[in-house]
Amino acid sequence: MPVTIRHRALLSPRSLKDALRLRHEEPDAMPLAGCTDIYVALNFGTLPARGFLNLWTLDALRGIDVLDGVVRIGALTTYTALIQSPIVARHLPMLVAASREVGGPQIQHRGTIGGNVANASPAGDTLPVLAVAQAVVELHSVRGLRLVPFTDFYTGYRTSAAAPDELIVALHVPTPQGRQWFRKVGTRAAQAISKIVIAGVGGRQPRIAFGSVAPTVVRLPQTERVLASGGTILEAQQQMQSEISPIDDVRSTAAYRRQVAANLLDEFWRATGPGSARAARGR
Amino acid sequence: MGRRGAVGSNVLRKDGAGKVNGRALYLDDLSFPGMLHARTIRSTIPAGTITRVTPRVATREFIVVDHRDIPGRNVVALIDDDQPCLAEKRIRHVAEPILVLAHEDRETLLGATVDIEYRQTTPNYDPLRSDVTFKQIAIDKGHVADGFARADLIVDGEYRTRHQEQLYIEPNGVIAVPDGHGGVIVYGSLQCPYYVHRALKVLLGLPDERVRVIQTETGGGFGGKEEYPSMIAGHAALAAIKSGRPVKLVYDRVEDMLATTKRHPSIVRHRTGVTKDGRLTAIEIDATFDGGAYATLSAVVLSRGLIHASGPYRCDHVKIRGRATMTNTPPNGAFRGFGAPQTQFAAEVHMDRIADALGIDPVRLRELNAFRPGDITATGQTLGKDCSALTVLREAVKRTDFRKRRKALKGTGRGIGLALFFHGSGFTGSGEVKLASRATLQLTERGARILVGSTEIGQGTRTMLAQIVADTLGVSYDAVDVNDADTGVVPDSGPTVASRTCLIVGRLLQRAAAEMRERLGDLSPSQYLKKHGPLVVTTQYEKPEKVSWDDTTYRGDAYESYGWGCDVAEVQIDPVTSQAIPVAFTTVHEIGRAIHPGLARGQIEGGSAQGIGWALLEEVVIRDGRMVNSSLTNYIIPTTLDTPPIEVQIVDNPYPQGPFGAKGVGEMPIDGPAPAIINAIRHAGVDIREIPASPERIQACASR
Ligand SMILES: Cc1cc2nc3c(=O)[nH]c(=O)nc-3n(C[C@H](O)[C@H](O)[C@H](O)COP(=O)(O)OP(=O)(O)OC[C@H]3O[C@@H](n4cnc5c(N)ncnc54)[C@H](O)[C@@H]3O)c2cc1C
Repeated sequence: MPVTIRHRALLSPRSLKDALRLRHEEPDAMPLAGCTDIYVALNFGTLPARGFLNLWTLDALRGIDVLDGVVRIGALTTYTALIQSPIVARHLPMLVAASREVGGPQIQHRGTIGGNVANASPAGDTLPVLAVAQAVVELHSVRGLRLVPFTDFYTGYRTSAAAPDELIVALHVPTPQGRQWFRKVGTRAAQAISKIVIAGVGGRQPRIAFGSVAPTVVRLPQTERVLASGGTILEAQQQMQSEISPIDDVRSTAAYRRQVAANLLDEFWRATGPGSARAARGR
Repeated sequence: MGRRGAVGSNVLRKDGAGKVNGRALYLDDLSFPGMLHARTIRSTIPAGTITRVTPRVATREFIVVDHRDIPGRNVVALIDDDQPCLAEKRIRHVAEPILVLAHEDRETLLGATVDIEYRQTTPNYDPLRSDVTFKQIAIDKGHVADGFARADLIVDGEYRTRHQEQLYIEPNGVIAVPDGHGGVIVYGSLQCPYYVHRALKVLLGLPDERVRVIQTETGGGFGGKEEYPSMIAGHAALAAIKSGRPVKLVYDRVEDMLATTKRHPSIVRHRTGVTKDGRLTAIEIDATFDGGAYATLSAVVLSRGLIHASGPYRCDHVKIRGRATMTNTPPNGAFRGFGAPQTQFAAEVHMDRIADALGIDPVRLRELNAFRPGDITATGQTLGKDCSALTVLREAVKRTDFRKRRKALKGTGRGIGLALFFHGSGFTGSGEVKLASRATLQLTERGARILVGSTEIGQGTRTMLAQIVADTLGVSYDAVDVNDADTGVVPDSGPTVASRTCLIVGRLLQRAAAEMRERLGDLSPSQYLKKHGPLVVTTQYEKPEKVSWDDTTYRGDAYESYGWGCDVAEVQIDPVTSQAIPVAFTTVHEIGRAIHPGLARGQIEGGSAQGIGWALLEEVVIRDGRMVNSSLTNYIIPTTLDTPPIEVQIVDNPYPQGPFGAKGVGEMPIDGPAPAIINAIRHAGVDIREIPASPERIQACASR
């Protein structure tokens, strides 16, 4: 139900340096990017923040480039920009696939990858992609720059390794070797939050990550090992059950998520594993 | 006059331009000098008593209204008058209104808090275990024991449906303005101005003329603005009277979903006797509707539900029992279809199971048993030539090449299913006689002005009524105006519900226009006005001669006429996710005659989409009596990507007593999609008997 939005302050830094200083001085001011998550929480009255730090005007947080096969994506990059980027299309087609399935066009124009990462929802659609691509999070603060591997970034349900005065400035995403795979199982065909989402990189050393099946996005190292060492899909499916911990919530059930996660693993492996049609054709 | 008639053509909507160019004013667009904003303070427990209420507000700044401020009776007057407008002590559901706060600054208002202490009691959420029955109804035809004795096979089944939210695009809202003489004028987004009028008179203890209700442009209703606006109007009116100032009360989406009515969940059991060759010999049905915490409209929802419960099928021996019971959840109420979608869901899914049990084709089973003209319904009504069950069935089967498709799809992960259904136009039983609706036509310089209490809620009321008047009076469509639904000016034409506006109110206006045309003779409207002065014609409902109904025995003509429909759905089940994806949908409707084919198709497409949502996606998740997904993020309605193209076929069979042959269309389209889809899922290999057929349920069902 509606709550008052009075007594909220907006800080408007002019540069990244300015922003880092404000972040240091007022760590309670919440960074604000595309505002697509923030606005919803504000409207539902579940957002305690009183002050906001507007990042939207900081071009230092925008841009996509590639160096030595590593794609650097500015935190403020929107889904639309990801979908339109030839670099992303070439190196990270699974990120394009994920971006296309976020919300609808309005959200894609405004929502950012940095916001998706910082928001830390286990259902964030880009997170499994970043997990299997072995991305690195570039954090800045007045104390300097820090690089944190994405798989170490989340410390628990909606908590991260970022310090209170740090900002996410960019993500470094190495181009994976092997076929990229993404599938979202949402509550409906569009404008949907994921019930389960999978990203994967196929080949002899597969990498697999799931969203919405644990307090954070999860990589499945043991399951990956079973597949890499020639285990059957059944063995892998069994293994994966110990690496996920889904729950019943308003969107789905634990039982459903377990079963569908297993089905998705099978689908992924059929399409990208050594026995897949592509592999058979010698690609 | 040589002019091409308005009826039957897709004239421009009366409300179209304003809605497109943004000039149409919805409730929240309106403001009055000195206006206060109001907010409702609600219970947070499902059952118990209030022990203390402490508003943490500056009492001099705020208007605080509680039950002691009610000058009349503390009820939302409707049928049983069991629901308080503001709770006194007892709490029966989460989100029950306790206080109304008002303040001129909306933000200050939203920042205010009220502490409420309770003594909790044990809630009941199971309609089968309730101590309170709001209403029971029995329908009997023949003797089912005889029918079962004649059966070669008996098929049992239980079918369940759940809550559904109406999800009109504009949330509920009203503004109450003191009239300066102790009364109020209420503006609101609502379907039934005279319901609100009556409820306010009772609540405020005011005479007729001190209450005036004016409908503002309304962004949808689907039944959700049938009874609940009486509650909201009461809250705003109390605050307006206490403060002496205009008061605006508008819900946001969360509050609207949390607190207002939904479709009744149902549990329907069937036991059917059938011969080897597929003839129904006995139908026994037991239905329980979850009424929620107060009676509201449950009695009449149950009534329509039970009358439609045996489907459009002939059978000599029918026994139907049903009840609406209380649970500690917000009251359920009117929603497009009004009980008939629930019971016809059960009937049509059951029909496919009977066909399976017999090993005959589901089309054949329906063809054998579908009502023909001259057949007698469960309540003893003899159907006339306006009965088109077989016509729509055959048309739908032909258009979809149903039998061939059904064979071709076997074992492919796809399935195809159909549902045959009907829907009575107008109030049930003696309802229309009791309503005694009136409609007025006023001669204007150019043509005529329509004065009715019927509301435009997006479905096309103004347009459709103007078409009927234009052609009857012999003037152009543009020469007919439609007055606002303002109880200070228009007569009571009854509520805008029950697929009744076109048939009942349209017919009243047709009679008025015919009379007016006769009075005009050879004169044009302006000549007449110059010569004779103003001309106003008012007509009142007259029961068609042959229609009769007995409320005590539940026998007779339940509705003067019925619409007939047949839906065919094709679904694909995703083997990875267990999602049932509707890939094709065809619907054939016989509605007498479409006054405005474009609007009629719109109703049929929209109702079908809403039915598809109910069948597959829409789920009200309730925990401890509280809807926990009361937002558009998590209450999932279909987008265009979740609905297949909907192929609509309207079959003409003009109903002689309807205006230009028309019957009702608003509700029927939601009767068929759910059973057609569930039957398609069943054909694809999953025997599911509860909706929504979510992927979770399909998967659980398939792995059983
Ligand atoms: C209708 C709708 C549909 C949606 N659909 C999807 C969907 O399909 N899939 C999905 O994953 N999400 C979805 N979302 C959620 C949301 O759009 C995404 O999470 C989006 O990426 C958030 O980005 P933003 O820029 O809008 O973040 P904001 O709302 O501006 O911020 C979100 C959080 O991140 C923090 N933050 C933002 N940028 C930074 C930064 N650079 N450094 C540190 N902290 C930062 C903010 O302080 C805040 O806590 C949807 C939202 C809506 C409203």
